Parts: sequence; C-alpha cells; structure tokens
Amino acid sequence: MLSIGLGHYLTLAAIIFTIGVVGIFLNRKNVIVILMSIELILLAVNINLVAFSIFINDLSGQIFTLFILTVAAAEAAIGLAIIVVYFRNSDTIRVEEIKNLKG
Amino acid sequence: MIAHTVFFYIFSLIAIVSAVMVTVSKNTVHSVFFLILDFISISCLFIMIGAEFLGMIMLIVYVGAVAVLFLFVVMMLNVAEQKGQWFSSRWDGGTHIPVGLLVSLIIFFELIIVIGGWKYKPDLLNSLSINISTQVTNTRSIGNVLYTDYILLFQISGMILLVAMIGAIVLTYRERAGVKRQSYVKQISRERSEGVDLVEAERNKGVKIDA
Repeated sequence: MLSIGLGHYLTLAAIIFTIGVVGIFLNRKNVIVILMSIELILLAVNINLVAFSIFINDLSGQIFTLFILTVAAAEAAIGLAIIVVYFRNSDTIRVEEIKNLKG
Repeated sequence: MIAHTVFFYIFSLIAIVSAVMVTVSKNTVHSVFFLILDFISISCLFIMIGAEFLGMIMLIVYVGAVAVLFLFVVMMLNVAEQKGQWFSSRWDGGTHIPVGLLVSLIIFFELIIVIGGWKYKPDLLNSLSINISTQVTNTRSIGNVLYTDYILLFQISGMILLVAMIGAIVLTYRERAGVKRQSYVKQISRERSEGVDLVEAERNKGVKIDA
C-alpha cells in the first residue's frame, strides 16, 4: 500500500478509462462532452503505456505515447470542426436531437 | 518514498474527481476546465514517475492546444449553459442509464482482471527492446530513439497532423457572398491586348479614359 507500484498506476488508468466510457454512454448534453470523454479514454491509455514503460524499463511505451498524443490532437481538431459544421447546419449539437443518421 | 506515495494519492485523487466532474457538470465550460485540471494532474504524475518529457509535452499539447481549442468551440457555439439536462432523457424513458452503467462496470472489472493477471505472472512481458539508461536524461533518450528507429512513424504522425489541419480548414470553410478576392488565374492569363489601350490624343485636348 505504501510503495507505489505498477498496479496503482494501472488501477488509476482503469478508473479514468471507465469514467470516460460512462461519459460517452450517459451523456445527453452535447457532443463536445463526448469528445472530452474520448480525450479522457486516450489519457488513460497513455497512463498505462507510460507506467509499463517505466516499470519494465523499456522506452518504447513513451514513444508510442507520443504518437498517441499526436493522433489525439488531430482527432480533437477534426471532431471539433465536424461539430462546428453540424451546428452551423442544424443549430443544435444536443445528443438527443441529432438524428440525421437514423441511429 | 512516503512523499512519493502521498503525492501519488493526491494527484490521482484530483485526477479521478476532475474526470468525474468532466462527465457530470452541467456547464460545458466547467467541463473543459476540469479536463484541464485532469491533464495537469496526470502530467504531474508522469513527471513524478520519471517520464518528464511526456509530462511537459502533455502540458503543452493538451492544456495549451487541445483544451483551448475546446474552449474556443464551446464559446463559439454558445452551448455553455444548458440547465436541467443532466443525464435526462426525453424519448427512451431513461433505459440507457442502467445499461450504460452495467457495461461500464463490466469494462472496469475486466480491466482490473487484466491488472491481476499481470501481477500474478510478472514475467509475462519479458521482451526488452530499448532499455532506459540512467545516465542520460529522459528527453535525450527519447530523442535518440525517436529520430532513428522510429523515424518512419515520426514522419507519418507529421503527415497525420497535416491532413488533420487541411481537413479542419476544408470542413469549416464557408464561401461568403460579396467578398472581393484575388483571382490568380485572371491575373496570370492577362494579355497585352486587354491591358494596354492606345488612344489617339488630339492637340490641346485631354483624353477621356473609360468613357
């Protein structure tokens, strides 16, 4: 309990991942919060990679975290651009009113 | 060691609480602020564990760019205040809430089981490829590997960023009416015959152009 090991970091990552998934499932406000939940999930994955990288003494995990950061930034930019275009077309981004895909 | 433990618990508690607040806060601007707090505490954890380059990059990229991008979009779209819509559902009678919680709990326990599997078989991952040296700094060792072994992935990630930038511009581009703009084709394909006009001038009289 007193010395912080790999399990602590993995548990933290699991909790944050689950909170992100809950945010995606239960959100009814707007799509921006869903994008933020996706960022939380990517953050949890980054915590896992960095923790494994440190505890098994291998640098590859940190390199991959760097690439995940890049892809997350690109994804956020594209997602927000799509949201802006959708809001311009239909004046709402509330989740329950987005029904154009008939989902 | 005690200080490390205490700080780990403090930062992880802040991270978890702010992650919950991202999900449940009614105001979207508050969600963005809690997202920033989450990223900052996680980057503090990264710096504590010894991945200081990633912690700093996390601060720069997430707090400096992504979160500010979120803030800009929230302000532009004017969706900040939406009262009384906290997990409310209008059509399906709220059945998505228990189902979502159930699936999330299952995911959480699966992740915990994975951690347990790693704990009871510690030699599961035994293929070391790039050892972390204690002599050089974290930033230097990442740079040594990133520009040599991972150069292809590095270039591809740059290309991904370029494509994302072009895509965001193309998606949000809107043609406005009544804006005067330069036409390169018209400028380049201009001929002498349409540009120069020879006028026969009479003596002691002015010349009227564009009559």
